[in-house]
Amino acid sequence: MLTFVISRLLRAGLTILFVMTFAFIVLRLSGDPALLIMSVDAPPEAVAAFREAWGLNRPIWEQYFSYIGHAFTGDFGKSMRDGRPAIDLVMERVPATLAITMPALALKIGLGIPAGIYAALHRNSMADRLTMAASVAGFTMPSFVLALLLVLVFAVQLGWLPASGSGSLDHAILPIITLGTGGAAIMARFTRSAMLEVLGQPYIRAASAKGVNWHRVVSRHALPNAAIPTVTIVGFMVGSLVAGAVVVESVFAWPGIGRLLVSAVANRDLAVVQAILMVIATWMVAANFTVDLAYGWLDPRVRNATAH
Amino acid sequence: MSAPLVALRGLTVDFENGGRMSRAVDGVDLEIAPGEALGIVGESGSGKSVTWLAALGLLPAKARVAGSVRLEKQELIGVPARVLEDVRGKRIAMIFQDPSSCLNPVHRIGWQLVEALRLHRGLHGKAAEAEALRLLDQVGIADARRRLQDYPHLLSGGLNQRVMIAMALAGQPDLLVADEPTTALDATIQAQILALLGSTRRDTGMALILISHDLGVVAENVDRVAVMYAGRLVEEAPGTDLFGAARHPYTQGLLAALPSLIGPRRRLAAIPGTVPDPWNVPAGCRFAPRCPVAEMRCTNVPPPARSVGFRHVATCHRQVEAGYSVWSLPQALPQAAE
Repeated sequence: MLTFVISRLLRAGLTILFVMTFAFIVLRLSGDPALLIMSVDAPPEAVAAFREAWGLNRPIWEQYFSYIGHAFTGDFGKSMRDGRPAIDLVMERVPATLAITMPALALKIGLGIPAGIYAALHRNSMADRLTMAASVAGFTMPSFVLALLLVLVFAVQLGWLPASGSGSLDHAILPIITLGTGGAAIMARFTRSAMLEVLGQPYIRAASAKGVNWHRVVSRHALPNAAIPTVTIVGFMVGSLVAGAVVVESVFAWPGIGRLLVSAVANRDLAVVQAILMVIATWMVAANFTVDLAYGWLDPRVRNATAH
Repeated sequence: MSAPLVALRGLTVDFENGGRMSRAVDGVDLEIAPGEALGIVGESGSGKSVTWLAALGLLPAKARVAGSVRLEKQELIGVPARVLEDVRGKRIAMIFQDPSSCLNPVHRIGWQLVEALRLHRGLHGKAAEAEALRLLDQVGIADARRRLQDYPHLLSGGLNQRVMIAMALAGQPDLLVADEPTTALDATIQAQILALLGSTRRDTGMALILISHDLGVVAENVDRVAVMYAGRLVEEAPGTDLFGAARHPYTQGLLAALPSLIGPRRRLAAIPGTVPDPWNVPAGCRFAPRCPVAEMRCTNVPPPARSVGFRHVATCHRQVEAGYSVWSLPQALPQAAE
């Protein structure tokens, strides 16, 4: 178990390092921040001074090693816009993003999993077909379309909720519903197929043959098995808690990480973009790690495989 | 003969498959006495497993079951699920072909055994654990205490089948239905499991139904054999009579296909043709298209069940004499050579 955890942690560190390297290289290749920030008709001396100040005139490998070296001490550089530490800018946006993505995750799980279980238990019934039709509609609709539709109905037509911005609980409702709908649809489909797969297994019939009543067959024999593949999808969703709201935050002008990313990319604020990507990657890796641990906890076959 | 423990009357099972109905079991009449060992033999698709799954209400919802199954005085067809739940495991237990996939992979062996003990005997805690240990011991599992903590994937197929038998015994059933219990196991393990089933039956006095496609498996382990073909019972007789004096051409064909350990070496005879599809069965005898002695009426009129000896019933128009195999007739040969 310990070797499993250590090897996973090492791999996680490598993944994050890879993401940081990739982000560093791509951002350097895709345009000169000095020209963008200083504007093209700035005097050449000013541009040169800017490059000097931010170290952009040094060889790229030197910049890279200096960046990685500082990153190990927790220094991810400063924003070229306002000179504050990039990581602070990013971290102060995290709570706003989580404020809409966490309730959305609860909605995905709370709506999607029960709907999927119900549909599987009543396979081919009217309820099953309706649930699955709703789920197709839910995950095929792009989030910006759904967002605009919700705004049109609840903000413009009915006037119940604000169309965009932040500051009150009401502002969060439409972003949460937009984020939650597609995820709930995916969750429902996935749970349904996981459940159907399990219900077709011989041990389900054997449990019935043993005299276990159907309610208990479902809750104690089928659900724990169906939970194993379902955890994968939940893991993906947890992984996207930080980065999954870029579009929705932009549509609703929600001051989270997504909007910071969009503006930092547009402004070529290198340190901020890099810090955001690093935070997202770290979160993703942590979520995957948790899923792996959850697998071991849920599935004794995995537990034994990793113990040796 | 005492009153039957279980009696099937006109049991019929239809499956709805893509809009068309296909009949998997067609009017089976069968009885089993308390403590009796009955073998049910037939090819895959003959309806031998479906018959007993239907009797216990274990078929999927798309199956339509008609007829009657009585456990002593209790009717089992068309009754509420609650009634069946009380019968399953407690009066009639069932074990299946692939033991390793019949045990729940996420629960320990002990958990699964204790669940059965709590359900049928109301045992909890230490008492349930002690009884679980005793049961594992009874089915010949060494190191039972450790096995209780194991998950099914850590055990071999043979051990898992022993666990399944222990779990079936947990409810002290009157009848154990063993559906191809050794098909997924090695030959040596197979013999051990069959011996275990036999000794358990003698010790507990429960009745046993041994379902198999293998005449050899059935021959040594039962008192009486019923042969099924394409959803119908074709012959039923005490074991010795069936193997010595089979009267139905299909049974004779099965016997002719067995290698003999004594006497000169001979070619094994195969029955030509294949089992009819369940949605396209012949109007008369279902075996008629493959039968070497079929006549006009065999094709058109379903044969009646006819008593041909002491507790020996054959469902055949042609009253083939005992000790005389239709597969040794000259007219059987050209067909068999096809």
